[in-house]
Amino acid sequence: MGYLARQLAGRTDPARDAGWEEPPSRKGFFTDTSICIGCKACEVACKEWNALPMDGDLDLTGNSYDNTGGLGASTWRHVAFVEQSQERISAARESGRRLVDLGMPTVGSPPASPEASSRGVPAGYGTLPAPPEDHGPSLGELLSQKESAENGDLGTTLEGTPMVGPLPEFRWLMASDVCKHCTHAGCLDVCPTGALFRSEQGTVVVQADVCNGCGYCVGACPFGVIERRTDSSVSVTGDGHVPNVGVAQKCTLCYDRLSHDQEPACAQTCPTTSIRFGARDDMVAAAQDRVAQLHEQGFTEARLYGANDDDGVGGTGSVFLLLDEPEVYGLPPDPVCATSKLPEMFRTAGVAGLGLLAAGAVAFLGGRR
Amino acid sequence: MANADCIIIQGSNMAECHPVGFQWVTEAKARGARVIHVDPRFTRTSAIADTHVPIRAGTDVVLLGALINHVLSNELYFHDYVVAYTNAATLVSDNFRDTEDLDGVFSGFDPETGTYDPSSWSYAERAAPPGPSPRAGGPAGEAVSGDGEIEGAGGDEQGSARRARAGGQEHGAAGPSLEHANVVRDESLQHPRSVFQILKRHYARYTPEMVRDVCGIPVEQFHEVARALTENSGRERTTCFAYALGWTQHSLGAQFIRTAAILQLLMGNMGRPGGGIMALRGHASIQGSTDIPTLFNILPGYLPMPIVGEHDTWQDYLDHISSPLQKGFWTEAPSYTASLLKAWWGEAATADNNFCYDYLPRLTGAHGTYQTVLAMLDDEVEGYFVLGQNPAVGSAHGSMQRKAMTHLKWLVVRDFQLIESATFWKDSPEIATGELRTEDIDTEVFFFPAANHVEKAGTFTQTQRMLQWRHQAVRPPNDAQSELDFFYDLGVRIRQRLAGSTDERDRPLLDLTWDYPTDEHGEVDGAAVLKEINGYHLTGEHAGELLDSFSQMRPDGSTSGGCWIYTGVFAGGVNRSANRVPGADQDEVAHEWGWAWPLNRRILYNRASADPEGRPWSERKAYVWWDEETRRWTGKDIPDFPIDRDPSFRPDPDVGGPAAIAGDDPFIMQADGKGWLFAPKGMVDGPLPTHYEAQESPVANPLYTQQSNPSRLVYPRKDNLWSPSGDEPGADVYPYVFTTYRLTEHHTAGGMSRWLPYLSELQPEMFCEVSPELAAERGLTNGDWATIISARSAIEARVLVTERMQPLTIQGHTVHQIGLPYHWGVGADAVVEGDGANDLLGIVLDPNVQIQESKVGSCDIQPGRRPRGEALLRLVADYQSRSGTTSETGNARLTEGDR
Repeated sequence: MGYLARQLAGRTDPARDAGWEEPPSRKGFFTDTSICIGCKACEVACKEWNALPMDGDLDLTGNSYDNTGGLGASTWRHVAFVEQSQERISAARESGRRLVDLGMPTVGSPPASPEASSRGVPAGYGTLPAPPEDHGPSLGELLSQKESAENGDLGTTLEGTPMVGPLPEFRWLMASDVCKHCTHAGCLDVCPTGALFRSEQGTVVVQADVCNGCGYCVGACPFGVIERRTDSSVSVTGDGHVPNVGVAQKCTLCYDRLSHDQEPACAQTCPTTSIRFGARDDMVAAAQDRVAQLHEQGFTEARLYGANDDDGVGGTGSVFLLLDEPEVYGLPPDPVCATSKLPEMFRTAGVAGLGLLAAGAVAFLGGRR
Repeated sequence: MANADCIIIQGSNMAECHPVGFQWVTEAKARGARVIHVDPRFTRTSAIADTHVPIRAGTDVVLLGALINHVLSNELYFHDYVVAYTNAATLVSDNFRDTEDLDGVFSGFDPETGTYDPSSWSYAERAAPPGPSPRAGGPAGEAVSGDGEIEGAGGDEQGSARRARAGGQEHGAAGPSLEHANVVRDESLQHPRSVFQILKRHYARYTPEMVRDVCGIPVEQFHEVARALTENSGRERTTCFAYALGWTQHSLGAQFIRTAAILQLLMGNMGRPGGGIMALRGHASIQGSTDIPTLFNILPGYLPMPIVGEHDTWQDYLDHISSPLQKGFWTEAPSYTASLLKAWWGEAATADNNFCYDYLPRLTGAHGTYQTVLAMLDDEVEGYFVLGQNPAVGSAHGSMQRKAMTHLKWLVVRDFQLIESATFWKDSPEIATGELRTEDIDTEVFFFPAANHVEKAGTFTQTQRMLQWRHQAVRPPNDAQSELDFFYDLGVRIRQRLAGSTDERDRPLLDLTWDYPTDEHGEVDGAAVLKEINGYHLTGEHAGELLDSFSQMRPDGSTSGGCWIYTGVFAGGVNRSANRVPGADQDEVAHEWGWAWPLNRRILYNRASADPEGRPWSERKAYVWWDEETRRWTGKDIPDFPIDRDPSFRPDPDVGGPAAIAGDDPFIMQADGKGWLFAPKGMVDGPLPTHYEAQESPVANPLYTQQSNPSRLVYPRKDNLWSPSGDEPGADVYPYVFTTYRLTEHHTAGGMSRWLPYLSELQPEMFCEVSPELAAERGLTNGDWATIISARSAIEARVLVTERMQPLTIQGHTVHQIGLPYHWGVGADAVVEGDGANDLLGIVLDPNVQIQESKVGSCDIQPGRRPRGEALLRLVADYQSRSGTTSETGNARLTEGDR
């Protein structure tokens, strides 16, 4: 029972649970929405590499610059656009601060109030600085230099300029969403054909030629990611052929590319490194560092999503840095794997069954007497 | 840009339109830089910037001018830099009259022709050669203190009036020459005719309150920008500007950029890391297309095109480029030009025939794209090549573009797809309205499929002047060809047809060097062309070897080179544009990635990164400096300066050229070695940028009686009408401002995106962006349709109501701006089609560079779809009639008023 329970809820290594011996490190994304510029190159690179059809709809949605709508059978990356006024930004900063006070995630104490500093004009007026990448000093270097320069004061840049000014009047959030590749994947657990499998990289992949289109997985995904392709999809090839109609489809984390030591198409194409790919542990660590950096600079609206291994899906393979509550981006605030209660249900059902059995036995035995 | 402490992006939507280059803004931000975005709309760039400053389209000179006034009045400019490296101390002729004196025009304006005689803008000059004269720009003690040493009114005007009415198209990048650099300077900057004092007076009325009243920017926000700029400039810090078509596409676009140049010179931000003015260029090689131009008015390397009647002889032409007594490298133009002509005409070009100079066509006037379209309408143009362009959708006044093409005998369209410019004869909007009938159009259209960027090898020259070699990944499919192949093939066929001709006019074609090697598929070797551009030694012991530097070029025909600024790309026989050492494996300047002209220098005029004595202005911004021990310039970049020129060197005033560059003259291409705050030559519409309203504006110019740029190029025609502006009756018929732009998801006129399903579904329909306030005022609903009507046309678009559009308060009135992406066009072949925003535009041009004003216009907006067929024409005519517009409206050069 313990083994089964571990497979369905709580902390675990999904590849080993799936029977892979000596698997490589679990892979995942870190999507840092604070530096996303909404270019949608990830959507296009994904469709291009995976030869996906069009969703079939060439109408303007009227929902900011998002004409994709959401993830689906033919859209495995989706960039959300959220326009917000100051009130909402303030609420996001406050709700993030409360998360810190609650100790989740662990990112240190709340920052000193920006007013406390008297070093001149704030460098940032409410939008977030990017993390230094290959070209600049490392984040650790930056933070350590900063601390030594300022005796541990918070909320400033390397140069000692305060980072956070008054709240902006308006902001435009952009965030690229993708399959979460859950530690406990409801879609995988309910699949009756074995079309969905756990790869050696710890990811969840559909085999289109095995899927019978039953659709159990669609209801089992707490994020609404996996869907069956319908005949409203439109071919992009000259022959008009749409592959895999009726079959469940979603992000494979570019299983084919990973097998050839290539990173997923979306991560490779992202011009601002908003989408990063690597060992899931490294991604979580980078995400935690980044949140810590932003919190130190006073941007308490930053928070992690999917990095909590004790959540309802045992943590996700794709982790995110969000700047507001998950619902704002169309993400469930507390996703729970549909099969996570299975052991409990089995236990309950088992107890009930045993009780019935016992009652029957008692009745039988009693009858005999 | 990664080194900037503050980045001001104005006139550009960099994150959306240059997302790859934007990584350097992101990088700067990671290092703590402040990012400010000035734009009529809140865009994806604003989303990443620290501050978004909404501005009324077309008013940038007021904002920048007020920043100039702010730094001058509060003495926040970089004094030592300004005195040593700019022309602030130089005195100007006392004939000069400013717009502040003449209510919006400078001295020298001719209302008949709409052009300036710039002779009164010239530098003042010493009365007579005073023997061993104290060098201009010497220590302050030698500076002149009054008019005594300066010739009186009407003194020798440099450049003189003989080229007085030269159109903007008539100069190469050198601008017109100065006769010499023997100018008078007052380094105390106090002389009333010093550039510094002229500048101060000129911008005195450009105040934060004026910014509020003209641009719609609150006073506090102005101060926020001013503080960010001034606190991030100086010895220790640098600020850079980035702009794109939001600055250029105005009837005074060149002056927008000049205003930023003045500001950056005053702040000491030129020639230094993290400084500069970044011209963000759109296409992969649009920089390349001006270096080796697709423009009518210049030859490769920014040499001017000769003009009929003015440059009839080789000597006339060379004299026009530079005078032997001016400073800097343009005095070597005879070498550059002779080498160019040798590259083109090889053996046929000899010193005796002036290297076939007479084979070059002569300009008879402006032949820009719009003049050409107007000429087509007059049946003066028979044939037209359309390459990498979709004028039916992408050029201003779409209707005029499409109608003009019906006057052609033949049209060649080379593209990936059957773009609207290839199908206008059957499915243009004019067919729908009945203005054109397919059976009446006898233009023969030839469509040639083009190879795309992965199907051909060659270089792209990107926005940093960097050439990057591109390898061919796959062969072009079917009949698709690269441009190189197409034109080579065309040349071969034309020469075959002309073979044996004895007609003199065929000599230029027959004498061309047209002998490039081809590969096994018959494709021309691009590297051979790049070598020809780099240039060769033709005689002597090095004959046949590639040149290493343009300084090896000679005026006697012993060298060749197709574009002098590109010489060195094949230095040592190595294709340096193909260098690809990763950034992580070299220093930050990364000289081993690609090759930047000139001579792989990554920051132009980088001598200015050191102080007059040659020491870095600060350790933090150290870049290029003078090494006393080796007596050479050294540093992180390749010095953009004579390598062994001692900082204390002062030339003999009677010499010119590179030898006349003083040790503290960083601007080595300028005729006096200094950065020009005041442009005595080169700008046809004024030596200083001045605010004028756009051709169509809801606002009367509050600064001057003069409403719009008096030198703008206007074309009064019945098919090119304008909304009344300002307080004129009828202005309220077109009450709103519209601005046009691009989105990340599409590429310009759509030829590379609207045929691609994956891109089309991301932005499937033409839309307009309006504020909630305007939506309420006009009854517009998000997601529904709206019709936008200008004095030229009417289009329909889906409505996006968004707080990203913000109404502005201008002089107490609310001004609404409407955003219109211009990617869609009407045609049956693309995945997605829609009305084209450029159909709303008229034709009015900047006089310096002939660019159209497409970033601002006047319109009305109404809910619902536009009428179909002839009813559309009636709607447009009804608006025209209600506004009372005629072909005179908006076209007066000088605004009537009490002047």
